[in-house]
Amino acid sequence: MSEATISAATHIGENVPRADDSVKLTGGAVYTSDMVLPGMLYAQVKKSPHARARIVAVNTSKAESLPGVHAVLTGKELDYRIGLYVVDKPVLAKDFVRHFGEAVAAVAAESLDIASRAVEMIDVEYEVLPPVLDQLEALEEDAPRVNPDLGSYEYVQAAFSPQPGTNVPNVTRIRKGDVAAGFAEADWIVEREYTNPSVQHVPLETHVAIVEWKAGDEVTIWTSAQSPFTVRDLFCHAFKLAHNKVRVVIPHVGGGFGGKAGVHLEPLLACLSRKAHGRPVKLQATREEEFSLLPCRSALTYRIKTGVRSDGRITAQQLTMYWDAGAYADYAVNVTRASAYSAAGPYDIPNAWVDAYTIYTNKPWGTAYRGFGHVEFFWGLERHMELVAEVIGMDPLQFRKKNLLRPGSTTITGERINEHTGNPLKCLEAAAKAINYGTLTAEERERQARTGRRIGKGIATLHKAPAMPSFTSTAAIIKMNSDGSVIINVALTEIGQGTATVVAQMAADRLRFPMGRVKVAVERDTDKDPFDWQTVASKGLLLTGNAVLAACDDLLQRAYADAAQVLRAQPADLDHDAERIFVKQRPEESLTFASLSIGYAYPNGNGVGGPLIGLGRYTAQGLTTLDKETGQGLPALDWTYGAHGVITEVDPATGEYKVIKIASAFDVGRVINPGTLRGQCVGGMIQGLGTAQCEGYLYDDQGHLLNPSLTDNKILTSMDLPEQIECIAVETPQLDGPFGARGVGEHPMISVAPAMANAIHDATGADLTHMPVRFEDVWRAIHNKKPIDTWVTRAPAGDDTGAGSD
Amino acid sequence: MWMTVEVNGHIYEREVAEHWTLLRFLREDLELTGTKDGCSAGECGACTVMLNGEAVNACMVLAVEADGATVATIEAEAVDGELSEIQAAFARNYAVQCGYCTGGMVMSVRELLRRNPKPTIDEIKEGIEGNLCRCTGYQQIIEAVLDVSGQLTTETKGELRYV
Repeated sequence: MSEATISAATHIGENVPRADDSVKLTGGAVYTSDMVLPGMLYAQVKKSPHARARIVAVNTSKAESLPGVHAVLTGKELDYRIGLYVVDKPVLAKDFVRHFGEAVAAVAAESLDIASRAVEMIDVEYEVLPPVLDQLEALEEDAPRVNPDLGSYEYVQAAFSPQPGTNVPNVTRIRKGDVAAGFAEADWIVEREYTNPSVQHVPLETHVAIVEWKAGDEVTIWTSAQSPFTVRDLFCHAFKLAHNKVRVVIPHVGGGFGGKAGVHLEPLLACLSRKAHGRPVKLQATREEEFSLLPCRSALTYRIKTGVRSDGRITAQQLTMYWDAGAYADYAVNVTRASAYSAAGPYDIPNAWVDAYTIYTNKPWGTAYRGFGHVEFFWGLERHMELVAEVIGMDPLQFRKKNLLRPGSTTITGERINEHTGNPLKCLEAAAKAINYGTLTAEERERQARTGRRIGKGIATLHKAPAMPSFTSTAAIIKMNSDGSVIINVALTEIGQGTATVVAQMAADRLRFPMGRVKVAVERDTDKDPFDWQTVASKGLLLTGNAVLAACDDLLQRAYADAAQVLRAQPADLDHDAERIFVKQRPEESLTFASLSIGYAYPNGNGVGGPLIGLGRYTAQGLTTLDKETGQGLPALDWTYGAHGVITEVDPATGEYKVIKIASAFDVGRVINPGTLRGQCVGGMIQGLGTAQCEGYLYDDQGHLLNPSLTDNKILTSMDLPEQIECIAVETPQLDGPFGARGVGEHPMISVAPAMANAIHDATGADLTHMPVRFEDVWRAIHNKKPIDTWVTRAPAGDDTGAGSD
Repeated sequence: MWMTVEVNGHIYEREVAEHWTLLRFLREDLELTGTKDGCSAGECGACTVMLNGEAVNACMVLAVEADGATVATIEAEAVDGELSEIQAAFARNYAVQCGYCTGGMVMSVRELLRRNPKPTIDEIKEGIEGNLCRCTGYQQIIEAVLDVSGQLTTETKGELRYV
């Protein structure tokens, strides 16, 4: 392979159709929820009606004697704990329940109907205890301890710092520069708090798994999950099984959004199967169970204190995050860590101080959710930027531009930004331009006059890097069939994002094959696929893409070596096209890939070579763990920058509003497939608008979840779409990305909410600090007469805010 | 009770429990799993099928109500492995992601086009309002419907813009 021939890009940047659309469009795609296995039993779960209670007694005798019931389990029998980073979660509640909806007992029976009846026959006696529901109250000295044994739990020591005896399973600290000096240098100090509730992922396919635990500890798990090896490895850790005893298979997955990243129903079903003599046991969560038997996105209170000079330059940021983990730490500790090192946004902050706390409460636990904390903290950060700009009397766009990261800047963990990192300025300018930021067009003025509604425009920036171990690795195997077509095995799961298609595009391009000759295997199977850490963090395109390219090169190298032998040439003398490997100087001397694919046979019957297989590996390069005291280090595989521009129309009398336009720009490095990229963008932007406008968990004062349904917890429908949706690609190549590409799966959802709220603010002056932004919130904010400078604690002499200088 | 129902051109005679929904009957008795269960409460539309030619949420209909009826599911939409025009337009316009809502969505689009062969964008939005999709943000589905009804123009076709 010569360098010159590698560059011919034929499939990159092209609208290649999705590999999986036919099977999904015809109802032929099999999801875990569609599967039925011979001898399969159906599970149901008895759930806690209380947020916090002592389990006094569980009586299962009636359920056990119901015909058709094969296994009944309670927490007493199960001495296992599960946890990604802090091992704190029992398979079934034992002695205490810690959140509404927690699993207390479970049944496996011959039919769903029998299992449901059996669960109703289980009697649980509780001593109800007062719950701690607010994460700030949970920090108080006398607050109940949600997990009193925190000090004894195993945890990942390199990354997390649990505080034994408290409700805090992790604190992450970042220290850059000298914040006291930075604040001393500031003309203004503006401090405020921003909040958002827990939110449900709402994959259309709820969590579902089938597990069989056969004699000899042979376990097979079929599950609707994002990360087959994480399911396997956490499972094996909990049950002390060798990895080669447990096989995890993932068929088509009906959406994930982070909610299926970890391990969920699988351990419970495994225990039921073991008790039911190895029969496979299936459980699919009901939509209601999806809200509280399974995890949600964490709530956040974000306190931001900003020092800024009168010329608009930020001198210091003190940032404090209070993350509501709910009852178990799960991903929330890592959401805390990732949010802490990203906390300042894509801005050049000379002096920064971040304290980020993960806090246990008696609520359903928080997990990964598209954006991994960034949707939540950017709500506060990008509202705050708007507020600071207003306070100092500067245009919000100019204020942001003045402080954006640029080549030569360092992040708050000390990473130096260069011209290849990505271009936040270009994203921001493109988004602002797409909505004619800062002015109303004649058409918009006419519309305002006609409707009596006020039109406003808002912008917001965003950034995110994958939150992953510094040494995250992946691998790909590519196998040639005897007709010269290839099949690729990777453990990166296709959950709708288009992985299977773009990975095939990259391979086809590198091999110079037509798309039809490249297939990415559909199912994921830990017995057959090479390792991948997880399908999360928008890291798949870069890591798996690089591994696949390496696998293609490895396959070509073997093919060239075999061809060189047969053609009596050096590999360096050879080149190839889609069909043949040939001698460069005399192209008529050639061999087809098909003739080499399973070993070459000479006319006399002798064979040489062998099946053509390529192996590729890739490990994140040069990343480090963060220093626990200062947070300094290199956490970012890549930074994907972006920005949104939003136009809203608000009725000032009622607070009703509508998004007229959203335009979003992302620096993706290189577009691999415009159609699937746009799909990720629009999907994320609309999911972001859902979070911005209406979604969120509502509890009563005893911690009962009040809205666990799609009736009471609305997600956006087609009727809620903005009139215009525009997606813009910026391409600043990532030097270690495949073809220059970087990930963008999560980013379209981040900062949609503040861009929208900034537009509402622009239209009406409504000062919004809580998301979701419901109509009544806008009405209240418009009619709140308190001035915006409530939180200005220092202002230069002679200003008119009344704050005065301290 | 015993019931007779024609599904995708086949006659089925079955004993079915009175409390079973048409959705459970299709998925569990007839093993037609292309029709999905997203909420069992009539909110998500993933179980949309044609009952006597009209779209219904199969989770909101008892199986016995389909006694003597004709039912069409997503499995009958493609003929001899060839995608229907609606399905082909979905594929062309990247209107599929995880695929779990897709079958029901295609059924609702069939219903919409049956009533209104050239729907406006607002009418399309109304036509698929009962079908939740968490992946796509609906936009590319709307473009697919414009496409299949011959209305996709440079103005209505959303394209990724490069700067």
